[in-house]
Amino acid sequence: MRFAFTDDQNMLRDTVREVLQRECVPEVVRAAWEGSPERARAVWDTLAETGVIGMTASEQAGGMAMSELDLVLPLEEAGYAALPGPIVDTVAVGIPLLEAAGTDAQKERWLGPAVAGKARIVVSLGDQSIVAHAVSADVLIAERGGAAYCVPLAEASISVERSVDRARELGRVSFEADTQYQMRQDVDTTALFMLARERAALGTAAQLIGLSRRMLDMAVQYAKDREQFGKPIGAQQAIKHRLANALIEQEFARPTVYRAGWSMATSAPDADINVSLAKIYAGQAAKFVAKEALQVHGAIGYTIECDLHMWMKRAWALAAVHGDEAYHRERVGRHIL
Amino acid sequence: MDLDFTDSENAFRQECRAWLEANVPRESLPSGDTREGFALHLQWEHKLFDAGWAAVSWPKQYGGREATLFEWLIFEEEYYRLGAPSRVTQNGIFLLAPTLFEFGTDEQKERILRPMARGDVAWGQAWSEPNAGSDLASLKSTARRVEGGWRLSGQKTWSTRAAFCDMAYGLFRTDPEQTRHRGLTYFMFPLDAEGITVRGVDRLDGDEGFAEIFLEDVFVADTDVIGEVNQGWSVAMATTGSERGLSLRSPGRFVATAARLIDLYHRYRDRSDPVLRDEVIQAWMDAQVYRWFTFQTVTRMVQGESIGPDSSMNKVFWSEMDVRTHETALAIVGEALELDEGSDSAIDGGHWMKGFQFALAGPIYAGTNEIQRNIIAERVLGLPRK
Repeated sequence: MRFAFTDDQNMLRDTVREVLQRECVPEVVRAAWEGSPERARAVWDTLAETGVIGMTASEQAGGMAMSELDLVLPLEEAGYAALPGPIVDTVAVGIPLLEAAGTDAQKERWLGPAVAGKARIVVSLGDQSIVAHAVSADVLIAERGGAAYCVPLAEASISVERSVDRARELGRVSFEADTQYQMRQDVDTTALFMLARERAALGTAAQLIGLSRRMLDMAVQYAKDREQFGKPIGAQQAIKHRLANALIEQEFARPTVYRAGWSMATSAPDADINVSLAKIYAGQAAKFVAKEALQVHGAIGYTIECDLHMWMKRAWALAAVHGDEAYHRERVGRHIL
Repeated sequence: MDLDFTDSENAFRQECRAWLEANVPRESLPSGDTREGFALHLQWEHKLFDAGWAAVSWPKQYGGREATLFEWLIFEEEYYRLGAPSRVTQNGIFLLAPTLFEFGTDEQKERILRPMARGDVAWGQAWSEPNAGSDLASLKSTARRVEGGWRLSGQKTWSTRAAFCDMAYGLFRTDPEQTRHRGLTYFMFPLDAEGITVRGVDRLDGDEGFAEIFLEDVFVADTDVIGEVNQGWSVAMATTGSERGLSLRSPGRFVATAARLIDLYHRYRDRSDPVLRDEVIQAWMDAQVYRWFTFQTVTRMVQGESIGPDSSMNKVFWSEMDVRTHETALAIVGEALELDEGSDSAIDGGHWMKGFQFALAGPIYAGTNEIQRNIIAERVLGLPRK
């Protein structure tokens, strides 16, 4: 038993952290909100240069053949920075799906560019038609009627939907389920999509713990800076206890997510249950931390001038996607009861 | 990261499982917080010690088997899974012993540890005083220098099982010129010494699990001082750190409680609604999450990190989880919850109400959860003290 990341995994996290700290500053997230995603695209390019975008691709495809466990820390950092863009869809789900089920032509067209950060993949699992980042991504991998499709988004019809988190660029996508888009039929696409769902839930959980950590950092900083009654509000026990509770929620969700990553990477028999625990605890923690962080900020937190709202709204959205609490709790319930 | 147990850890599990399965009493013992039950629990402790299971992580010379921290957690999992008796020696083994290992003299370790672990000498703690609970540093008991030792005076309270114990340990003010954390010294003293009166106090559940200790000019030799004179606070903090952190509350017991809750749920399923079902699932998940959080923490310790104030997060989590789990169980038990131990019609012998009352102590003892939250806010998050 050894519950710790390797030096290599920690180094990769540090690299991602440094890139995002430097390039994915709150103004970049705000710009993406306001319809100017150019700077966020530039962050994506930098991440691709570090190899993070292509990390799950095989070495043959220019990637690093990294596992679900390797993914967890970089995705946590993406959550911390509220990085705009389909990083879970592309890195955790799309690239592995494309490599496993794409035809030669589909791989030829999309795999290299995806690894290089030039093409962004979004994924639609289980006939879901509203897809985050569909508006700006390049290619869609979709599950329709049990079959797999790889559709250039330029050839699909997309109607814009408005997310509470504007940076998610939601689109309702429809396309002709035509054989020209169909992916390989000689592979078990059902199994691949099942795996894809687990990866999406895991990746989302990892982002959620990063979001929690950032919201808590913001609230702690605010509690140290903001003075009322002649002292920082963080000196008041009422504030201290809220923030202590937020830290506890976050810190217990964290190993739950890491364990799920390890279970998936080692194909442990209870991997799906561990992914469900991860998604539930990361979602619960993010929603809890959001609420406490807002209360600690007071009125300024209740404005869109304060950065906090971008992280809160991302947290609300991500806690509900790829299986909300009820879905995952039911899955655990069937396993244990 | 490798979240499988190693071959040698698995072998260790098999070894403790085999011994425990052969030796854990089939009928559960009467409460160890009563005089009669305490004596029976001590006999069980003798048996544990003689087979080398009383303090698995201790050095062999004191009766342990030099188990790793993970092996200790494995032992605890097997122990509680089988519903083995509660550990009435824990105030010695898990609170005093870590302090002795760190600050004790060789003579003290030689004299004290083996009888402690075998239950030949039963130890109680004597921290709190009537006016020094959460604010322990405001304690008033004193120790006066005399030839060859000290004279202790004052009053201690909430001493667990002290009415049945042989010895106790606690802090006394040795330097009257100093205040609060400064000028305190860590003493051990016999509970049958001249000048000592022990009065048992019945806890919420009716058991005589608490005691008050009155000290009037009680002589204690220099050899029963732990660490430096006037340095008692920092010596004591080493123990409270282990009390609220891992030592007292390894995940095994919560995982076992969750498994018993699921069993209860199955037996009374017809009474359950979807809300209760969700609560049962949540209880199981919480225990799992606590287990993995602990494994992560223990890995840090194995790698030589000091856990420090992070242990306060453990304490808040397990104590509040334990209350919730028992609340869920009582909701399943329904109106039968009021049937106390000893009532023929009680479900599971009234075990759930008893456990609930015990769980309610968790957020209070070993530093209230309010104090823990202050520690987390100030020492982990860095919020200003004033």
